[in-house]
Amino acid sequence: MNTLSTGLPAPFRQSRSRLAAFFKSWPPLVLMSLGWLLLMLVTAVCAQWLMPYEFSQIDLRARLQPPVLFGGTWAHALGTDELGRDVLSRVVSAIQISLLIAFASTAISTLLGVVLGMLAAHFRGWIENVVLVLIDFQASMPFMIIALAVLAFFGNSLPLFICLMGFYGWERTARISRSLTIASNEQGYAAAAHDLGASASRVYGRHVLPNIASTIIVNITVTFPGVVLLESGLSFLGLGVQPPMASLGNMVGYGREYLQSAPWLLLCPSAVIVMTTFSISLVGDWLRDRLDPSIS
Amino acid sequence: MFRYLSERVVRLLITLFLVLSFAFVILRLSGDPALIIMSPDAPPEAIEAFRKAWGLDAPLWQQYVGYFVNLFQGNFGTSMKDGAPAMQTVLERIPATLAITVPALILQLLIGVPAGVYAALHHNSRIDRFLMGFSIAGHTCPSFVLALLLVMIFAVGLGWLPTGGYGTLQHALLPILTLSLSGAAVLARFTRSAMVEVMGQPYIRAALAKGLSWRQVVFRHALPNAAIPTVTLIGMMVGGLIAGAVVVETVFSWPGEGRLLVTSVASRDLSVVQAILLVVAACMVIANLIVDALYVMLDPRLRSGHRGARA
Repeated sequence: MNTLSTGLPAPFRQSRSRLAAFFKSWPPLVLMSLGWLLLMLVTAVCAQWLMPYEFSQIDLRARLQPPVLFGGTWAHALGTDELGRDVLSRVVSAIQISLLIAFASTAISTLLGVVLGMLAAHFRGWIENVVLVLIDFQASMPFMIIALAVLAFFGNSLPLFICLMGFYGWERTARISRSLTIASNEQGYAAAAHDLGASASRVYGRHVLPNIASTIIVNITVTFPGVVLLESGLSFLGLGVQPPMASLGNMVGYGREYLQSAPWLLLCPSAVIVMTTFSISLVGDWLRDRLDPSIS
Repeated sequence: MFRYLSERVVRLLITLFLVLSFAFVILRLSGDPALIIMSPDAPPEAIEAFRKAWGLDAPLWQQYVGYFVNLFQGNFGTSMKDGAPAMQTVLERIPATLAITVPALILQLLIGVPAGVYAALHHNSRIDRFLMGFSIAGHTCPSFVLALLLVMIFAVGLGWLPTGGYGTLQHALLPILTLSLSGAAVLARFTRSAMVEVMGQPYIRAALAKGLSWRQVVFRHALPNAAIPTVTLIGMMVGGLIAGAVVVETVFSWPGEGRLLVTSVASRDLSVVQAILLVVAACMVIANLIVDALYVMLDPRLRSGHRGARA
């Protein structure tokens, strides 16, 4: 893109200040997104110390108390739910669970995709065909349906759920890493490393992988919010993270019953989901522009 | 061209076979259905009778063969809960789902494609950024949040529309709106990036350089080329018409395929889940076939027998 405009020397301008230059390469929205993601990460790691109450502690005398902004007290800054559980503590705990699932599943999916993609590119022949058929199979079904079917048959537990989510998006990663690996194999450096006597795993791990890493990283910023959305959707349906564990999705799901009388129950977790996925996507777009303008 | 199409047909048949086997494998691996459906402390004779009735006492490979024989005979099992034929239960729900997904798809196309093309043609302008901001917001917002937001505004706040249910046009409006907003966002983004890429190609510059008008270049040279990746996505959307509304149908208590799937999963009604899997897989395969046929029409390279349009 931009073949018409590149190559022209950028008009020389007195730089207004260093600040302007800084914000040009780090747009404010991206900085805010990074800040939000950092906040989420810190929340997830320090959840134990941030929760004012135990997240599952029931206090029936303090049911459905409004948050501070709706005229409540600071004792429950974000109010309480239908069982008198503190919403702030539940949101913190939910962030921890949701991020744990998202990180673990994205890692599994990326690993699976990269390994299968590289195997296909290395061996070609029938191995490649098997991988391609698997990719077709995965891509031909909406993942939500597959996930629901597996959950129907196997029931649900957290490790199983993480593994299941780990299949989300692997086919896109595999497709990308296969075509990139084929392309790098045709370049000199991979052949050179091979001719110098490097083993296949060394060529792929130390030479090809770093060269395709930027695209894979950008791809991770697509997979990660996808997993967050999928997990929250399934949990919202009551088929993902099971109570008493709190996840952002199942908080919205249960809060739905109180849409009119206690809207704060679903407002806060919804806002966290939207802001988190929005931030990652923004950061992903920005990374893509910086690292690898060639992929869409 | 025929070689390309027949190759695709074989691939799709393999995919369909894999989906069917997938359904069978998880159906059987998930533990003894007899124990899941009957309570564990049911008398052993009853469990044995159940196994016999469902053919669960035969060796696994016989069950596998029998499963395919049954499928070819159009026998998809009966709902383990109420004994109604599973496929009939599933097919009965299709019209309700299509009633919201088809209008939503049309709206998505009407909003998403022009928005994407417009944004691409005004690449990096203020309108482009505005549209893309909307698009990112639209596809990062989970559909249940969007749905509940619309309920809060139009049903609870303004009182114009019902919060959920089935029957009149008013009931369908919010589900359709939810589906089309999020779908249009994805489509706009995808169309834009396809279009931006095409507009950067040398042949566009060549067309401009030989003096064609901007309009001619866009309509005759850019759009057909940008259509190729976009058609793939639209194909996926058409294939997802049957089951693309799982969450939305649940939020609005819409008695379609998605809600049937959720309730069957929750109650572990395995035959119904399996029948839904088959219907969805069949739709996806057919949609993929149509997409492949469209490729042949859109991409002259495939028509003349050269490969390589799909890397």
